[in-house]
Amino acid sequence: MKTAIIVFPGTNREKDMADALEHISGHRPKLIWHKETTLDNYDLIVLPGGFSYGDYLRCGAMAAHSPIMKEVIRQAERGTRIFGVCNGFQMLVETQILPGALLRNNSLKFICKHVHLKAENLNDTMTKQLASSPIIHVPVAHGDGNYFANDNILNALKEHNQIAFRYCDKTGDITKGNFNGSTDNIAGVYNKRKTVLGMMPHPENAILDHHKNTSGTGLFKGILDQLS
Amino acid sequence: MTNTVQKQSTSPLPPEPAVTAELGAEFGLNAEEYQLVLDILGRTPTFTEIGIFSVMWSEHCSYKSSRLHLKKLPTSAPWVIQGPGENAGVIDIEDGQAAVFKMESHNHPSYIEPYQGAATGVGGIMRDVFTMGARPVANMNALRFGDPSHPKTRHLVDGVVAGISGYGNCMGVPTVGGETNFHKSYNGNILVNAMCVGLAEQDKIYYATGAKPDMPIVYVGAKTGRDGIHGATMASAEFEDGVEGNRPTVQVGDPFTEKLLLEACLELMQEDDIVSIQDMGAAGLTSSSVEIADKGGIGVVLELDNVPQRETLMSPYELMLSESQERMLMILKPGSEDKAKAIFDKWDLDFAVIGRTTDDKHLKLNMYGQSWCDIPVPPLVDESPIYDRPQGDAPKPATLDAAGYALPNGSVTQALKTIMTAPDMASKRWIWEQYDSLVMGETTASAGISDTQSGNAADAALVRIPSQNKTTKALAISTDCTPRYCFANPFEGGKQAVAETYRNISATGATPLAITNNLNFGNPERPDIMAQFVGGIEGIGAAASALDYPVVSGNVSLYNETSGEAIFPTPVIGGVGLIRDADKAMGLAFKEMDETIIMIGDKGTDLGQSLYLRHVHGVEAGEAPVVDLTKEKQNGSFIRKIISDQLISSCHDVSDGGLLCAIAEMAMASKSEAGYVGASLDLDINEENLFAEDQARYVVTTSDSMSLAALCEKENIPYTIVGTTKPSTISIGDEAITVADLHEANEAWLPNYMKGV
Repeated sequence: MKTAIIVFPGTNREKDMADALEHISGHRPKLIWHKETTLDNYDLIVLPGGFSYGDYLRCGAMAAHSPIMKEVIRQAERGTRIFGVCNGFQMLVETQILPGALLRNNSLKFICKHVHLKAENLNDTMTKQLASSPIIHVPVAHGDGNYFANDNILNALKEHNQIAFRYCDKTGDITKGNFNGSTDNIAGVYNKRKTVLGMMPHPENAILDHHKNTSGTGLFKGILDQLS
Repeated sequence: MTNTVQKQSTSPLPPEPAVTAELGAEFGLNAEEYQLVLDILGRTPTFTEIGIFSVMWSEHCSYKSSRLHLKKLPTSAPWVIQGPGENAGVIDIEDGQAAVFKMESHNHPSYIEPYQGAATGVGGIMRDVFTMGARPVANMNALRFGDPSHPKTRHLVDGVVAGISGYGNCMGVPTVGGETNFHKSYNGNILVNAMCVGLAEQDKIYYATGAKPDMPIVYVGAKTGRDGIHGATMASAEFEDGVEGNRPTVQVGDPFTEKLLLEACLELMQEDDIVSIQDMGAAGLTSSSVEIADKGGIGVVLELDNVPQRETLMSPYELMLSESQERMLMILKPGSEDKAKAIFDKWDLDFAVIGRTTDDKHLKLNMYGQSWCDIPVPPLVDESPIYDRPQGDAPKPATLDAAGYALPNGSVTQALKTIMTAPDMASKRWIWEQYDSLVMGETTASAGISDTQSGNAADAALVRIPSQNKTTKALAISTDCTPRYCFANPFEGGKQAVAETYRNISATGATPLAITNNLNFGNPERPDIMAQFVGGIEGIGAAASALDYPVVSGNVSLYNETSGEAIFPTPVIGGVGLIRDADKAMGLAFKEMDETIIMIGDKGTDLGQSLYLRHVHGVEAGEAPVVDLTKEKQNGSFIRKIISDQLISSCHDVSDGGLLCAIAEMAMASKSEAGYVGASLDLDINEENLFAEDQARYVVTTSDSMSLAALCEKENIPYTIVGTTKPSTISIGDEAITVADLHEANEAWLPNYMKGV
């Protein structure tokens, strides 16, 4: 299995993602500079967290026009599995590979803390390994994670079962735990084909023993399952 | 002699102001200093030259009031690779690795423009660390604000925290801890002290020293603009009312550019092309070029037309004094230019050869086809004034009322709650949740974190060092100072700041190795302030010597006073320690029910300068606690041993608020989905002073109190069995308080304050 983690100027969670993927899969992912133009040899493409282009203009907006992104869009159309976290999710939204938009947190503050998430799609998707315990506890670290979807988009997301994660409390109550103002508590979404997953929280920081919280493991196992 | 500066009419700039003693005074040079400039040059300086002299001789750059006393600090140990004098200190952390660290203030700019002031402070200290070839792995900070009731405080807290968050988070360096105090002495001068710790390979450390003649001088990073001109001079003067008019002297930060600069520098540093490197911090191009010339014993000629410029028609004066951020000066091996340029091109950063090193020990500047400056470097540096400023008596604290300070209504839990909700003791969650403390994935404990943020609360922040070894080591980092002690007794206060970092690091099981300091004081021209300054330094020196805990880097910030009102003396210490087996690191939270709670150290005696007095009785009085350094060392070693031997399950030092507050913090930090672990205490509130802040003390929990007690007896360590861990409540005598109630109140103060509730 071969994984590419795309590195943009300002990306800063590529190491965390590489450590997590290596821990679960036994393979060290390859870091790919954003000026590359082909990704044909990879089973999984990861857009990691950070502040690409300093979050100038809008988060992810400049990265969406980077040379590599044309290829990411092409790979998305081909059905290559793509996983975007935090700034990576923002890029997937900016390229319209995923629907919706990410606005400033409603507190107007950057927030770094552990939150509860409920996996909402447990069918044959990257999140199906979470079927036995769909509530996970992982960190967030973002200033612009307030997911916005208008009624049309929201209805379409529901209709096509595209909502991957919602914020919730520890009991899984999805009317609670919305700390950033996201529409319908949405923390992560799929594309229609369920080949692309984007989410604001950082499951890669809840994997290793010393994280003292391995709640992100099921998700990573599920992603790798989809590749074989 | 070429020591004359030719002026011809090729410059497109308007004529510069005439240089006189009055202009020198405006730039902060007194009459003697101005005369010294005339003597060195043998002529009247140009406008550019007087600007350069004035910043190089500012307090901020020259340490003219402090240098004499800083020499008293112990700076060496077998594990010290580089002590003070470089961009940052360097210590050996085994396996060929080094920790590189320093703390620096950005006080004056942060008061004037809190977001940018704090942001560029964080940017500056990270640059100091990666200039040396180290990747920053942890940021810390120490913040002091005015009284919460002061009309500017809320705005300053909001801006400073946002600035630290904005810069550090974007850089992808975790901010893992710090401290925040409020006191009216900071009403007109807040303190923003930022510390950065980096990790380097010992054979890849870079220095400012080492440049030779006839090598290319390269400028990399952001372009130079007209921001921050004379910032170092501003930071060397007292504030007066209307200081906000100084806003143009505050720099503007761009963390994105700095992130690129970090990656580009570290990439180039993997090669062997850099001879010497210096970041452009205070006094920008001036201090970096003078520093490289002085340390290399060489001269420098700069072609300023080649400096990448953000604005048009900039003058040599502006270019040399600008404090635009995210810039570096490096001396490359001749012939390495193209290779280096390719790396900076990749990262979309400016790269310009702006001059060459020479053998004549002069700083020469050319621009617009003419010469603007020709200063001999050695006298500019060596003959910079040093002052042995007169010392009077430091102000004395008010004496304690002999009548005593009984518990109001006789209630110990009520007093506990009052202290735990006081601004200095209240949870700082509102602050640290704005910092990314987890990026890089190696944070295992963040100081002050009282629940799940990174899984564990501890007295010091713990950041693992990735390695191929079976056991992974970690750095333990703590920043501390108790300014009210320093005010009451500068010497004991200086000792205490060092001792508290030593305790906090020991309480995690790590061995304290070395410190950086950030000495924040008032106007050194006042004998009482000078007495505080010297007392503080001597206290730091005494503790650093006794604890084998040398000073490897530091920063001095003087003139922290407004309209004659000085801050409390605030010598902040940043300590760094190492734990070989990170899996054995100890947290402060109570873990299990029915464990024995034991206090290591002597019983509490004196309430002087305690938070109990300040918040329960509204009295700031009494002597500072005396720090017995022999006991600190003995008890600290004992704590590290019982952690290494896995005899205890939690450990917390006794500091602000005394024994009972320490226990309350351990209980609050125990929060889990199952609730809290509380304590049933067998303490007689009349027998021991539970809120006294006596030093060299720790609270630990154990399931094997017999063994621990026996070990204490054997090693002659004083201890007291304090009680037993029990579910959800802290009970003492016939009183009880639920931990949830205490925690809720402790968490509520700061968010409510920021909301204006």
